[in-house]
Amino acid sequence: MENFNLFIRSIFVDNMIFAYFLGMCSFLAVSKNVKTAFGLGVAVTFMLVITLPINYLLETYVLKAGALSWIGPEYAGIDLSFLSLILFIAVIASMTQLVEMVVEKYSPSLYASLGIFLPLIAVNCAILGGSLFMQQRDFPSVWTAVCAGGGWGLGWLLAITAIAAIRERIAQYSNIPAPLRGVGITFILTALMGIAFMSFLGIKI
Amino acid sequence: MAEKIDYKNVLFNPFSKNNPVIVQILGICSVLAVTAKLAPALVMGLSVIAVLAFSNVIISLIRNTIPTNIRIIVQLVVVAGLVVIVSQLLQAYAYDVSKQLSVFIGLIITNCILMGRLEAFAMANRPWASFLDGIGNGVGYAGILIIVGFFRELLGSGTLLGYQVVPDSFYEAGYVNNGLMILPPMALVTVACIIWVHRSRNKDLQEP
Repeated sequence: MENFNLFIRSIFVDNMIFAYFLGMCSFLAVSKNVKTAFGLGVAVTFMLVITLPINYLLETYVLKAGALSWIGPEYAGIDLSFLSLILFIAVIASMTQLVEMVVEKYSPSLYASLGIFLPLIAVNCAILGGSLFMQQRDFPSVWTAVCAGGGWGLGWLLAITAIAAIRERIAQYSNIPAPLRGVGITFILTALMGIAFMSFLGIKI
Repeated sequence: MAEKIDYKNVLFNPFSKNNPVIVQILGICSVLAVTAKLAPALVMGLSVIAVLAFSNVIISLIRNTIPTNIRIIVQLVVVAGLVVIVSQLLQAYAYDVSKQLSVFIGLIITNCILMGRLEAFAMANRPWASFLDGIGNGVGYAGILIIVGFFRELLGSGTLLGYQVVPDSFYEAGYVNNGLMILPPMALVTVACIIWVHRSRNKDLQEP
């Protein structure tokens, strides 16, 4: 139950895009139409669900102060937390490449639709941000990490799909001042949606 | 390999014509997150300049030995190493600011400016040109950070770098700080305004 609440909270209250503004680069670059935006959203969700538990296990059993005590009592004093950035990003980058290879081999149709986005994901701040938040918040178990990852991913998917839908409309029907067209108006749209999402702040689930 | 590179363009283009933030739209996350006050914006700008310049040089030095299919991992590891150094330095000498910046120092790694420049420039150019490119893009990024931070702190808190600049007589006359400017969404609007001004001056950048 606790985890389910966290899942819901991660989608709406702690929304990656509208509350933390993470993953903005690909969010702005790939939100021109709904179909590709949805594809990227699915890929991001997938990677968050995979990498967050892996990094959680790394953090708990290797990196945290005293985490190595399962090897033997003489290792209990070791604190490797300064290595966490390098290890997290290495996990994310290698998982991205691994997933790319697996998808390419077993599901060419999925690869064709996701293909170009997969390498982009390694540098999506939402993924590394998820791992760093996980480290900051001391999650109690690996399931919490899975749920938070799923929630953040779905929140990101929701945000990018919504913005892409609005942009599709706006490109057809609105008369925007020329210097604001494209990127400029997207910034303002995101800001407005961010303010709207702030109404979720402070909700305790 | 021997073609002539115009070093001046490499250094100065990213300041305005090819600015990484408002033209290439890279590295937006940190622009939004760290600019509520001017001081963290300055520190973040300096850190990014340092990391970008040195990672460009390192990747450029080893560019001929990196196998292409694992280049992303190699690039990320180089960047991550540099970011760890910066983050440890900040914790040692500027602890308060590093607390404020929290995860965003770590997120320099995934700052798209870095990957973008490494892929697009350092993989194909010599170390000195890459160094200039890193400095140029870093300064272009830091410039935007400082402009956004300046307006948000001035309008949101009435201070600059922690010192009060809006005189007390204004407050007595009924002037109120705009609390909305502190919230992250207003950073997006500020950047949008910068884009607006910049694109109305550079007509060739406007999108159809």
